[in-house]
Amino acid sequence: MADSQVAVEHDNPALRHHFATQEQQREAASLGMWLFLGTEIMFFGGMFCAYLIYRYWYYNEFAAGSRTLNIWLGTTNTAVLICSSLTVALAVRAAQTGKRKLLLGLLLATMLFGLAFLAIKGTEWHDEYVEHHVPGMGFQFDTTVPQHPDQKIDPQHAQIFFSLYFTMTGIHALHMIIGLGIFIYLTVMAWKGRYTPEYHTPIEIGGLYWHFVDIIWIYLFPLLYLIDRKK
Amino acid sequence: MATAAVTPEREHYLNQEYGIKSWLLTTDHKRIALLYLVSITFFFFIGGFLALLIRLELLTPAGDLVLADTYNKLFTMHGQIMIFFFLIPSIPAVLGNFLVPMMIGAKDLAFPRINLLSWYIYIAAGCLMLYCLGTGGVDTGWTFYTPFSTAFSNTRVVEAGLAIFIAGFSSILTGLNFVVTIHRMRAPGMTWTRLPLFIWSHYATSIIMLLGTPVLAITLVMVVLERTLHLGIFDPRLGGDPLLFQHLFWFYSHPAVYIMILPSMGVISEIIPCFSRKRIFGYNFIALASISIAVIGFLVWAHHMFVAGISLYSALIFSLLSYLVAVPSAIKVFNWTATMYKGSITFSTPMLYAFGFIGLFTMGGLTGLFLAALGIDVHVTDTYFVVAHFHYIMVGGAVMGYLGGMHFWWPKISGRMYPENWGRLAALIVFIGFNLTFFPQFILGYLGMPRRYWQYPPEYQVLNVLSTAGATILAVGYLLPMVYFLWSMRYGKIADDNPWGASGLEWMTSSPPPTFNFEETPEVTWEAYDYANIPAPEEVQVGG
Amino acid sequence: MFDNFPLWPARASVGAANVDALYIFLVALSVFTCVAIFTMILVFAVKYRRRPGVVAEQIEGSNALEITWSVIPMIIFLFIFAWGAVIYFHERTPARDSAQIYVVAKQWMWKLQHEEGVREINELHVPVDRDVELIMTSQDVIHSFYVPAFRIKQDVLPGRYTTFWFRATKTGTYHLFCAEYCGTQHSGMIGQIVVMEPAQYEAWLSGGPSIPLPQAGQKLFAELGCSTCHRADTQGRGPSLEGVFGKPVMLEDGRTVMADENYVRESILTPAAKVVKGFKPVMPVFQGLVSDEQLNALVAYVKSLSQPPPEQGVKRASATPLP
Repeated sequence: MADSQVAVEHDNPALRHHFATQEQQREAASLGMWLFLGTEIMFFGGMFCAYLIYRYWYYNEFAAGSRTLNIWLGTTNTAVLICSSLTVALAVRAAQTGKRKLLLGLLLATMLFGLAFLAIKGTEWHDEYVEHHVPGMGFQFDTTVPQHPDQKIDPQHAQIFFSLYFTMTGIHALHMIIGLGIFIYLTVMAWKGRYTPEYHTPIEIGGLYWHFVDIIWIYLFPLLYLIDRKK
Repeated sequence: MATAAVTPEREHYLNQEYGIKSWLLTTDHKRIALLYLVSITFFFFIGGFLALLIRLELLTPAGDLVLADTYNKLFTMHGQIMIFFFLIPSIPAVLGNFLVPMMIGAKDLAFPRINLLSWYIYIAAGCLMLYCLGTGGVDTGWTFYTPFSTAFSNTRVVEAGLAIFIAGFSSILTGLNFVVTIHRMRAPGMTWTRLPLFIWSHYATSIIMLLGTPVLAITLVMVVLERTLHLGIFDPRLGGDPLLFQHLFWFYSHPAVYIMILPSMGVISEIIPCFSRKRIFGYNFIALASISIAVIGFLVWAHHMFVAGISLYSALIFSLLSYLVAVPSAIKVFNWTATMYKGSITFSTPMLYAFGFIGLFTMGGLTGLFLAALGIDVHVTDTYFVVAHFHYIMVGGAVMGYLGGMHFWWPKISGRMYPENWGRLAALIVFIGFNLTFFPQFILGYLGMPRRYWQYPPEYQVLNVLSTAGATILAVGYLLPMVYFLWSMRYGKIADDNPWGASGLEWMTSSPPPTFNFEETPEVTWEAYDYANIPAPEEVQVGG
Repeated sequence: MFDNFPLWPARASVGAANVDALYIFLVALSVFTCVAIFTMILVFAVKYRRRPGVVAEQIEGSNALEITWSVIPMIIFLFIFAWGAVIYFHERTPARDSAQIYVVAKQWMWKLQHEEGVREINELHVPVDRDVELIMTSQDVIHSFYVPAFRIKQDVLPGRYTTFWFRATKTGTYHLFCAEYCGTQHSGMIGQIVVMEPAQYEAWLSGGPSIPLPQAGQKLFAELGCSTCHRADTQGRGPSLEGVFGKPVMLEDGRTVMADENYVRESILTPAAKVVKGFKPVMPVFQGLVSDEQLNALVAYVKSLSQPPPEQGVKRASATPLP
């Protein structure tokens, strides 16, 4: 590559000194975020693995536990997150086309959706606490298998469902909170005018992270809420 | 005696800036490597001290040095500190951080600030672990088996678990940095097949770090939650399965042993060609073997569970796969040996460590064949045979490789030569001390002495005494380099840019290197290990 | 062997010699490999040490060699795998007519109970040349039952049974160790296996007061009300337990499972987990209401309902009459 191009590139304050070109920097950031998301898949994967095994062993208890979850709130949350992914994707587009105001609005909208998600989740958790479905806090579970009124659901196995429910949604919520933190940072930087059509890598990789958190929820929702809703 | 400290004539990464802030806020991968060097050495000596206490207790059959609970904490924390705070970071965080950018012709790693962050994460984890150690310790065994760790132990399980959880992120970020750097920051002309094998082995190691560590992380999170919030995921009283913990734990912890050995193998692959003055034998096969070890290493975890209660069929499959993973390691040993054929060999300290590595890794690896055999494993699992096996690999292998690498690249890192005769002496002492410490443990294990025993039947005493004697010798062997490396920083002979006449981009820049590694980005037009075109130094430079 | 510097423990079971044979083979293989590699390194180091005027020969590699030294080790490894697998298979397949011993491990002792009712702590008396099967569970954490002289160990888990069988071939006293770290007194959780001549064993058995375990189980069966539903005729609300043990059972949900010790235990503690086809899930839950020892007695009783009565003259490999 020509020295002059390198010199011009290095005049760009967004280019870090150890990279030769903007393109290299962008590709490195992108690869880095994809690899990081790979590690997150493995992280959640351990929980999904535990969940799948226990669900196979204690299907009835898991189904009973699942039926106590608020499907309306869960569905709303799913819609909220999908909308937030839309605003994220549009935000990336806004950054690519240099529309700063639009970008700011979309970033804020994304964060609002994120906050809405957390608020709804918090409500659900509160409801579950009130119903004594939180393991370790006076857990009680007293139902029977549908259409088998003489067959009680084993509360201890049901407790495993709820343990995994709280762990999985809790860690997901933690990732949402971290995502909100990232987006606050992005919003501040966007407001300062840091992002241009030539350089908006943080928006792109922040968006990747947000999409990932959304996808995890898209798996969590059916696994946790939709086990056996027909009964 | 070499000359006294010389006022540097030129600027390099060590003298470019002085002051504590310039170190604690550095983003220079070489300085970060030295930050890691100091920290892991510190933890090595703590872990080593715990080992010494263990071996002192085991001098006599009765439990008479420390209480049983104390002993249980000693071996637990020895394992945790050595594995998570010394071995796993050691070569990648010190030599890897220092050399990966230089070997590929880059100015720094892809994410220098994340590199510094990973050190701070390591330090935070280390502080939490020290807090755990100082406030009573943890006694679950480094393996944290449930339900003992979740429902029965009365020690600092949460702190230890969290410390290791945090340390895991340091590992993940280091791996992430290496993979992106190797993919995106190679100098022009540095194609994949021209990469030094040190890079290939760090690439393979990084894949394992990225894919495996998160599973340990979530497992530890579940243990901590179960313990603090009484959640009950592994609790058999609730229908939870303690074996599920073991599967999740070993899914990371088996590949973790490859995190510990692969970088060391990479070091050996650099040392042997240099001191044989010829290209490594079978470059493609060694590179491929590194990747194979990383991949197959993820498929063998339940060989730690042959007597745990898994089904006969699972056991058969995992035993078979464990034999498969042995093949690439064997290939490497043969290739290293073949590299020496018709070479021109010198016996510098790094080469002595390489010989030691091959010998001890071969022995450790062969005993892995014993353990993979189901019929034998039933007898020797959970005995000193296993303890001997993994110490042969991790200490006889990984630590020897680490020390060999530290000696090999010391001139590059510090600009000084270490005293060669002391280096050779220390290598010999380490080799002798190591064998005396751990060989008797194979016999002890087959005789039936279980591991993690504070007291033992008297017929096992003789072998235990031999082992303890070896440990004291080994300790001397490890202290010596500490002393003479420090000595050399002030009084060692000034090193040339390439005192060994070694191949590799890192040797084409000054010793110590400038902050941005190269005056000009190199353009690579030659193959790796181009020893045909590199003249051997007049005499292999020695330093006193 | 090597009385002063033993390399292996006494061989006191049928399997021990097989394990040692594989071990010795592997030792020989390792010695051979080490000698070969170390010699080569030594020879190369000396022969190819640096000498003035002599230049190293650049050799890229050799695919033929690489394949050879990949394939040959792989074949050897497969051989070792097969040998080890065969030994393991035998170790995990208990003999049919073995004496049954129930083991409950707890921090930090071994509680053993013979079928005849005799209880022991940290010691197990067995007759020589007789198949013995241990049915083990833990009251708390994971332990491991290890007898070096028999070359076998098996982890003992809370919440389920694991089994371990052996046939002792030499009288004597042998170490019993706990081999899975279990807390403070892990290294104190040791004992001995005492292998006796059959006549001596009989004498020892009849020495202590004892109710045979199946009989104790039968008593419990009645006391806990099990016999109200599990009747020998088909009138009960629960399935008859005659001849059930050791055979496949069809469940309500379509699965078929083997009625082994773990099945019986689970059916007592969490009966809804596996409901027999044709029956309703009405059995009460006994989790927390029976101890591990009581469970063992009940399991022994259910097992006894599947054994042919003694009058019919059971053939055993080595006939040792029971009282």
